Amino acid sequence: MSGTVFWSPTNSLTDTPAAEPAINPRWKVVKQRLRPLVRYVSAVLFVVLWQVACTTGLISTRLVASPFQIASTGWSLMRDGTLPANLGISLLRAVSGLVLALAAGITLALVSGLSRMGEDIVDAPIQILRTLPVLALAPLFILWFGIGETPKVLLIALGSMFPIYLNLHKGIRSIDPKLVEMARTLRLTRLQTIRDVILPGALPDLVVGIRFSVGISWLLLVVAEQVNADSGIGHMMMDAQDFLRTDIILVGLVIYGFFGLVSDQAVRFLESRVIAWRPARQNQGGAA
Amino acid sequence: MNAIPQASVRTPVTGPAVSVRDLTRRFGNGPAVLDRLSLDIAPGEFIALLGRSGSGKSTLLRTLAGLDAVTQGSVMRPAETSVVFQESRLLPWKKVWQNVVLGQAGATRDHAVAALEEVGLGHRPDAWPLTLSGGESQRAALARALVREPRFLMLDEPFAALDALTRLRMQDLVHGLWQRHGSAVLLVTHDVDEALLLANRVVVLDAGRIRMELPVPLSYPRRHADPRFEDLRTRLLRTLGVGDN
Repeated sequence: MSGTVFWSPTNSLTDTPAAEPAINPRWKVVKQRLRPLVRYVSAVLFVVLWQVACTTGLISTRLVASPFQIASTGWSLMRDGTLPANLGISLLRAVSGLVLALAAGITLALVSGLSRMGEDIVDAPIQILRTLPVLALAPLFILWFGIGETPKVLLIALGSMFPIYLNLHKGIRSIDPKLVEMARTLRLTRLQTIRDVILPGALPDLVVGIRFSVGISWLLLVVAEQVNADSGIGHMMMDAQDFLRTDIILVGLVIYGFFGLVSDQAVRFLESRVIAWRPARQNQGGAA
Repeated sequence: MNAIPQASVRTPVTGPAVSVRDLTRRFGNGPAVLDRLSLDIAPGEFIALLGRSGSGKSTLLRTLAGLDAVTQGSVMRPAETSVVFQESRLLPWKKVWQNVVLGQAGATRDHAVAALEEVGLGHRPDAWPLTLSGGESQRAALARALVREPRFLMLDEPFAALDALTRLRMQDLVHGLWQRHGSAVLLVTHDVDEALLLANRVVVLDAGRIRMELPVPLSYPRRHADPRFEDLRTRLLRTLGVGDN
């Protein structure tokens, strides 16, 4: 999609030429304050151009609804209750899938991370399972669990469990052995070592896993809702397709995008809390 | 097999604080890393262990620390034993004071702060370990060792990674702490001057055996310029294979 280019944060707009004459300090402060907003200039410009293109007939509104049209459709869907109902059910699916994934992923990672025997039993099956594209299981899940909520939630749970398991397992296994040795010379019990040394050391990896999982849960939600569903944002969009309502489809996209962004921010916040002990964490988000 | 090290690491009732008898250790079928090594450390004695890399220093220390099992020979040491390693090995996710009292049931923040004050780090109990300098980290590690009231303190090249000035300050600190606490100390180092400045007795290890035991009958504080110091230094260096001049 060429559109994504417009959304990527670029700092080239804000770079000031080096040879600029001395500017007064108050203007400097204003510029500092505005700096975060400057990033969004290109995005706003893109939306304005899009609107202009639609209004002037450059783009057929049958193929792509205009931003204004999307906003007003969104508003009316909101008022007649279609949007809140579908949004609620979609969120419920994503969140329950994610909660199940967290519970299962953390439990399995602890079992296989903390004991050799546990690893022998748990790790191999999971490594085999994770190579399967989870979406290919959809037909089987529908046969097994019907077309209700169960297959959708389970599909999301299964798919988003793997990053949690893999990252936490890696985190536990890659604890600095020198710290574990230290715990032994301090005569910490096995339980204290797990609680004070191993788990806190693996926590940053767990958060990375959660971040991947949140992304995957949205992806699976979209697919699960478009394959078979009679409610949810995905269903609303598939319905709109039958009536050539690009505006409704775009409303759905905007909402998926919005919640993707919000959930990512939430995990980032969690991340900053969890690893407060790490100094000089600037540019942490760069690796996302 | 797990019972063996526990059974053969006993606590002495009277006599030396630490007693090693005929300790032999080899990895696989290779040559012995420790070869029927015997060593006594009296209560309150400060021993410096010198030796080139691969002489068995680390293996001896790991065995005394209870990290390696005793397979041949016997080791007696007090139950109250603390180790300070070359790296501070503080848990980065616990504040300095929490590191100091880690695993100490009933120890409060006040205990930790008192120990930190003793090592000159009383002003940073709430710092995160990764924000400390090298010298500060080692001070925190010393506080963590001391808060356990050890009767036997092992220092594994604790100043090797520090700059020269910080190292001098830390040597002073360790000397003062030893004088006040009176625990037996085993300092592993390859700095001959450091050994002679601090220890009652210097033990030179070579190929898993004690090559030389040198009492240091000088009073503190010791001076490099002292001719007796100079003489001991020359003898140690010669034993280590470094000729004079």
